[in-house]
Amino acid sequence: MRTRMTRRASAALIAGFAASLGLATLPALAATQLTGAGSTFVYPFFSKAFYTYSQSHSDVTVNYQSIGSGGGIQQFIAKTVDFGASDVPMNSDELKRAGGVVVQVPVALGGVAVTYNLPSSVPGGLRLTREVVSEIYLGKITQWNDPALVKLNPHASLPNIPIVSVHRSDGSGTTYIFSDFLSNVSKEWKDKVGTGKSVQWPGTNTVGGKGNEGVAGQVRQTSGAIGYVELAYAIENKMTTAQIQNKAGKWVSCTESTVRAAAATKPNVSATDFSIVDRSAENAYPISGYSWVFVFENPTDKGRAKLVRDVLSWTTGADAQKIAGTLNYVPLPESVQETAKKALAEVKV
Amino acid sequence: MAATLLFVAIVVGLFLQLVHGSWESLTTFGPGFIWSSAWNPVTNKFGALPFIFGTVVSSAIAIVVASVVGIAAAVFLAEFAPPFIARPISFLIELLAAVPSVVFGLWGLFVLAPVLARSVDPFLAHTLGFLPLFSGPIYGVGLLTAGLLLALMIVPTVAAITRDLILAVPNELREASISLGATRWETTMRVVVPAARAGIMGACVLALGRALGETIAATMVIGNRPAISASLFAPSYTLSSVIANEFTEATSSLYISALLELGLILFVISVIVNGSARLLMFSMLRRERPR
Repeated sequence: MRTRMTRRASAALIAGFAASLGLATLPALAATQLTGAGSTFVYPFFSKAFYTYSQSHSDVTVNYQSIGSGGGIQQFIAKTVDFGASDVPMNSDELKRAGGVVVQVPVALGGVAVTYNLPSSVPGGLRLTREVVSEIYLGKITQWNDPALVKLNPHASLPNIPIVSVHRSDGSGTTYIFSDFLSNVSKEWKDKVGTGKSVQWPGTNTVGGKGNEGVAGQVRQTSGAIGYVELAYAIENKMTTAQIQNKAGKWVSCTESTVRAAAATKPNVSATDFSIVDRSAENAYPISGYSWVFVFENPTDKGRAKLVRDVLSWTTGADAQKIAGTLNYVPLPESVQETAKKALAEVKV
Repeated sequence: MAATLLFVAIVVGLFLQLVHGSWESLTTFGPGFIWSSAWNPVTNKFGALPFIFGTVVSSAIAIVVASVVGIAAAVFLAEFAPPFIARPISFLIELLAAVPSVVFGLWGLFVLAPVLARSVDPFLAHTLGFLPLFSGPIYGVGLLTAGLLLALMIVPTVAAITRDLILAVPNELREASISLGATRWETTMRVVVPAARAGIMGACVLALGRALGETIAATMVIGNRPAISASLFAPSYTLSSVIANEFTEATSSLYISALLELGLILFVISVIVNGSARLLMFSMLRRERPR
């Protein structure tokens, strides 16, 4: 009895294995495998979007390697991948090294939330002006009961403890957006520190954490800590985030709609004019930015390039952006989807 | 023979490759790179001193703690513990050596750092706070936390090798010592351990090598601030951590070159540490040889 069942089971197993082998290999043999590399931020979105795409387009599979934006740009310049992705567009120096004309399009949108850890919770969330955020990170406001903070949060009982400012220790697009915001709102920050994926943090009471999880962990464990994390990470981990006063004077939290409002103020976003921090629209959240993909305008392998162009047009379109929304990214505003589509049409295939 | 040559070729090739990769940084900053404290990717100004400091100090804490604890544990296991205790404990120590360093890092960040921040650090600040070493704000993460975590990671190396070395000391030595009237404790401390000390030294060097190069666990608990502070509570940064943290997003060629030069410095530090330990061992063995 037992042997018979085993035999039957193994026969079924073999049949199933053969069937799955047949089903799995046949389309894979026919499909062209495209490769991309770069930003880790877009990876969850890309892996789901490209999987969905290959479900309806059996001739294409996309292999995306999340090796970091810097690595993505290197690989793209070395022409070892079909497209690159980065949290910051390629700069003029990198474009020069690339050799040919490069088409860069926005592909994903994200916000940066300010999170904090205070012994007693602040009703309605901590309120911070743009200036106060910059002065905390410049190391000029050092205590939680600083008059500037007390004035903004009259109903909170702010303790007399030092502010520990937490930042990303690894190079990251999140840091780029955050330092871009600080450079926009504070001249001192712009002169002393500047904008970059890694910067020289000025304050003396600062700690660096690796990745969003490193920053979040550090903030969670340090009473009196303040830090910045990507919006998706903040939502998924239900983190306490601060309200920031935007340029229009309104208090805004970091949410999908406020980030989208900021992005919508610049429909013609391009690789040379890409910053969307500190926008003056009513509901705009002041700390957000795009991730980018790039391809050569005049590629050598036209067949492949057409497939790449189709994948990327779909990825920046409404269907894929809906997928991005389910993963807590902020979907691109329609105007920006149009911009991306137009830019991709420049690719000569 | 060919295999040996291959190893020589790998080491030399690695060194040359590091020099080649860091050439732009070497020529731009010169020797000043080593004692400069700047690390500013925005303005492309780089220096290695805070990273050298963090690496050396965290590893020094680690090796001091780990050698004391590791040798003590090994002596106990090899000489005093009955087999039914020694066997399972030895096994557990060896198991500890197999734990991936990222697991140590997570444990360090979520367990060790808060415990230190809540109890151990305040106690040290209270009792020894007059020393600059134990003053200043407490973050939980920092040099001390990193040093202790590294110590925990390298204790198994020290303990396991030392235990084997002590077990390998010939029994005749023990018998001779006891027959001369020495107690068991005197035999262990004056005869057995000294007989194995060159090897124990080697075990410590091996462990120190791991501490110097440890990346992920260190970066999770050291605080990642390129600054030099007298306080062990202060955040710091190590050579390998900054390379791992910033390499993926480094785009300008000078930036990458500076990171590679940090790798070159780490390489040179490791060679110096290993070389000097080898010399020390050599002279130790020569002194012991009967004339």
